[in-house]
Amino acid sequence: MSTPLTITQATMTPELFLQQLLYVLPELSLAIGALIIVLVGAFVGDKGARLVTWLCVATILVAGSMAILHVPAKQINVFSSSYAADAFSAYAKMIIALTAASALVLSIDFLAEKKIDKPEFPVLALLATLGMFIMVSAHDLIALYVGVEMQSLCLYVLAAYARDDAKSSEAGLKYFVLGALSSGLLLYGCSLVYGFTGSVRFDVIASQVQDHRSIGVIFGLVFILCGLAFKMAAAPFHMWTPDVYEGSPTAATAFFASAPKVAAAALFARVCFEAFGSLQKDWQSIAIIMAILSMGIGALFALQQTNIKRLLAYSSIANMGYALVAIACGPIYGPKALLVFISIYAITSVGLFGVVLSMRTTDGQRPETIEALSGLSRSNPLLSVALTLLLFSVMGIPPLVGFWGKWEIILATISTGLIPLAVCLILASVVSAFYYLRILKTVWFDAPRMAMMPVGVSTTLTLTGATIILAALTVVIGFVGSAAELAGAGFH
Amino acid sequence: MIGLSHYLAVAAALFTIGVFGIFVNRKNIIVILMSIELILLAVNINLVAFSSFLGDLVGQVFAMFVLTVAAAEAAVGLAILVVYFRNRGNIAVEDLNLMKG
Repeated sequence: MSTPLTITQATMTPELFLQQLLYVLPELSLAIGALIIVLVGAFVGDKGARLVTWLCVATILVAGSMAILHVPAKQINVFSSSYAADAFSAYAKMIIALTAASALVLSIDFLAEKKIDKPEFPVLALLATLGMFIMVSAHDLIALYVGVEMQSLCLYVLAAYARDDAKSSEAGLKYFVLGALSSGLLLYGCSLVYGFTGSVRFDVIASQVQDHRSIGVIFGLVFILCGLAFKMAAAPFHMWTPDVYEGSPTAATAFFASAPKVAAAALFARVCFEAFGSLQKDWQSIAIIMAILSMGIGALFALQQTNIKRLLAYSSIANMGYALVAIACGPIYGPKALLVFISIYAITSVGLFGVVLSMRTTDGQRPETIEALSGLSRSNPLLSVALTLLLFSVMGIPPLVGFWGKWEIILATISTGLIPLAVCLILASVVSAFYYLRILKTVWFDAPRMAMMPVGVSTTLTLTGATIILAALTVVIGFVGSAAELAGAGFH
Repeated sequence: MIGLSHYLAVAAALFTIGVFGIFVNRKNIIVILMSIELILLAVNINLVAFSSFLGDLVGQVFAMFVLTVAAAEAAVGLAILVVYFRNRGNIAVEDLNLMKG
């Protein structure tokens, strides 16, 4: 592993401080933007929700592009090595910004229709995005904890956002209780790792565990990974996912299903590869167990779902299983596969929720069953084509991009020698293809059951955007691969 | 003489009680919130004990962060609980069943 450049506290001068601030420019712009937008929201009131949403989208996109404009050639650690600026985090931040912004655009029509379009929703999403940025750049245990909590606290509120809906507040409560428990596990692990290595900094932890491997550190590692698996929704810590996905307002679910997954997976990878690099045997076996369980549970339980949001929840569990396979491949082959896969998955996921958000009957109902999609090909052919492309992509049918994501993971498993894991991945993909195909059968071959409304403007915009990006990625997949290769190269 | 291991044992006991409090409790959601606080306090005992044992201040700084975030977490949790109570009229754990799971 190349030694990262560290700017230490002892030599801190005002100039040096400003120089360090340059590396956290994306986070600074999100934080300052959030503060200003809160004020704007307070002045314009509920009528200005649309304006506030667009301001938030713009802020997130600006922050995301700042992250990739100044990518340092090698990892730079700032603020007493508590924060890392590198290509890995820049890539993850760009994907997080892109998917969070598209999920926000998707929310506009939905929230207006439910009459819960208040400025708080986009501002909370913006703050959650800030938390995710901190997560992917965290380079010590305190920054890790603060980032995770910042993201989670905002997401709990988003889940309970439809105040008068009993299902939404139940979803928020379940998410809160299990999320708080997972934060507790994460923290207990952090305290053990701190106690047995004597530092919270990832680089010091890495050099400490290299010298002596104590049982306390292993315990701490297990607790930390369990906490992060909760945030990623990987089995056996997935129990909250289907309920929260079903109960939350669909606009919030679209947000949960995309950007936070990227952040949690990237953080999981950084903790394993960077802080505990020399304990590869230990975290590799944890990742393998979680991966197999997630793929199995995600594929099998989705078969019996009739609610499309619950189905997508199980599908996300299976996909997190694939991401864990990439992490299990270790710091040499893992990062590239993880980044390619997770970015494609997050974009596809936003697109799929765009389809769910555009399901609306003429009498104003919002059906969430798969049956409601029947005959969609006749009432809305373009939407059906988009849904078909998205589902084929997430199934992994070549030449669509979803295939290349899984391809990278399988290549990585073969290079690492984890062939049985690749076999499990392919089996899980085959089983999950069954329920994706069942949706497509309903869309193309069943007789229409309900009269559907035309799709709203912002939903069409995002959905078209997501489909076009996915289609375009198919052409430039080689470019994505090499970008991810560069981004992941810092770990070896 | 009370040493590091005593503090760690107390923290581990509190942590276990907190986790069991969440899973075994079948009555009241407020009890779950108390269990979560118990877990976070167990972590704080761990952090401060390690910090004094190692002669390193970072552990105590971490504990301050945990206290602050725990306060924010309790605020958000109680707010969600109030919204839930308004919709359902009670806060019994058995009634958290609008969705299967």
